[in-house]
Amino acid sequence: MSFERVEGIWLTNDPIPLVEFLELSGISETELRELIDYGALLPIDPSADPWQFHAACLLTVRTARRLRESFDLELDGVAVIITLLDRIRDLERQLNGLLALSPGRSQIDAG
Amino acid sequence: MKYKDYYAVLDVPRDATAADIKKAYRKLAHKYHPDVSKDPEGEEKFKKVGEAYETLKNPDKRAAYDRLGTHVPGDDFEPPPDWKGQFGDSHASFEDVDLSDLFASIAGGRRRSERGRGVPRQSGEDYESTVRITLEQAFGGTEVELNLSVLESDESGLLRRVPRALKVRIPRGATEGQRLRIAGKGGKGHGGGRDGDLYLDVHLEPHPLFRVDGHDLFLDLPLAPWEAVLGGSVEIPTLRGSVRLKVLPMTQAGQRLRLSGRGLPKPVGDPGDLIAIVQIVLPTELTDGERQLFTRLAEESKFDPRARIMSEVRDEL
Repeated sequence: MSFERVEGIWLTNDPIPLVEFLELSGISETELRELIDYGALLPIDPSADPWQFHAACLLTVRTARRLRESFDLELDGVAVIITLLDRIRDLERQLNGLLALSPGRSQIDAG
Repeated sequence: MKYKDYYAVLDVPRDATAADIKKAYRKLAHKYHPDVSKDPEGEEKFKKVGEAYETLKNPDKRAAYDRLGTHVPGDDFEPPPDWKGQFGDSHASFEDVDLSDLFASIAGGRRRSERGRGVPRQSGEDYESTVRITLEQAFGGTEVELNLSVLESDESGLLRRVPRALKVRIPRGATEGQRLRIAGKGGKGHGGGRDGDLYLDVHLEPHPLFRVDGHDLFLDLPLAPWEAVLGGSVEIPTLRGSVRLKVLPMTQAGQRLRLSGRGLPKPVGDPGDLIAIVQIVLPTELTDGERQLFTRLAEESKFDPRARIMSEVRDEL
């Protein structure tokens, strides 16, 4: 089988302009504004016009879209879940950091 | 085409009400949804549940599905003749078409198979995949092979799963849980819509020596008691070969010795650090000479390692 060679880019703190962000995330601007109002994510500089977002925020919005579609949820409910998922991820990162410091301990598999 | 029993997947009777179907789906979605479930097979199970619900929640799709009758799951069956007109053109062949992809064609009364003018602009589906790489591969960058099954329309307008083989370059800078976006390698867009993207979730295989926190690496550094007391230079492994590390006299257990820039490279900026955590280890067997030396040390030393904890106890009393 022949393989097509492709390159990827890391989703980190690179800025993505609003228009591209909406296209990539598959949600409308109204929905995005609603998620921002509920505190589920933030533009890099909320006072900037137009907004830009960290590339990593794409994952948050994609999760929001998946949850809304799968559970038929209102966006405010989705925002609560996302905030809690962020906290869990943050705690997992902290736990992982502590395990990295503990001699002879194996780390959690977040995958 | 292979038959799938959507009612059995949702564990509902064939005459279940729409409310029962929704309730059954939600119960299973809570259990298996990849964003909330810890079940390692959750994603696969959720796909099946989601596929069944997609068809059964929509009255048109459910009626079309019911017209198939009941078959043994996995058995080949021939769809009714009028399906050709409904799902594709008259030359359409249903061989190798997945039942779920066929039902996906009936989206809100609109056939995705309709082409040409009037086709709404629709972005291609995004795909997600997980790869596991070693720490060494993360350090130097690597290439992974991916075999995907991507949805595309054939000449007759039917959606079919098409194999796509990719060699994805994973650039330096990976760490646990980092995501890579490969633009345009998801499903094909329709009506001028953009092609979907592929998202790769990168995980690191556990390493026998190094533990990872972000881009920092942690290594247990065993020292003999005399090395910790007298100090010296010790050889330690890094991902770029071994280096010599200076150990200061009177180094304590648990002390962290940082080697700046010897951790994992980052996508941008300085690489992480390698942090060696001192462990003081003893030989499992002593020679007579060593035992004599330790005995002499015990007689000679006035050091009381428990002075602090005992004084705490005395203060309490």
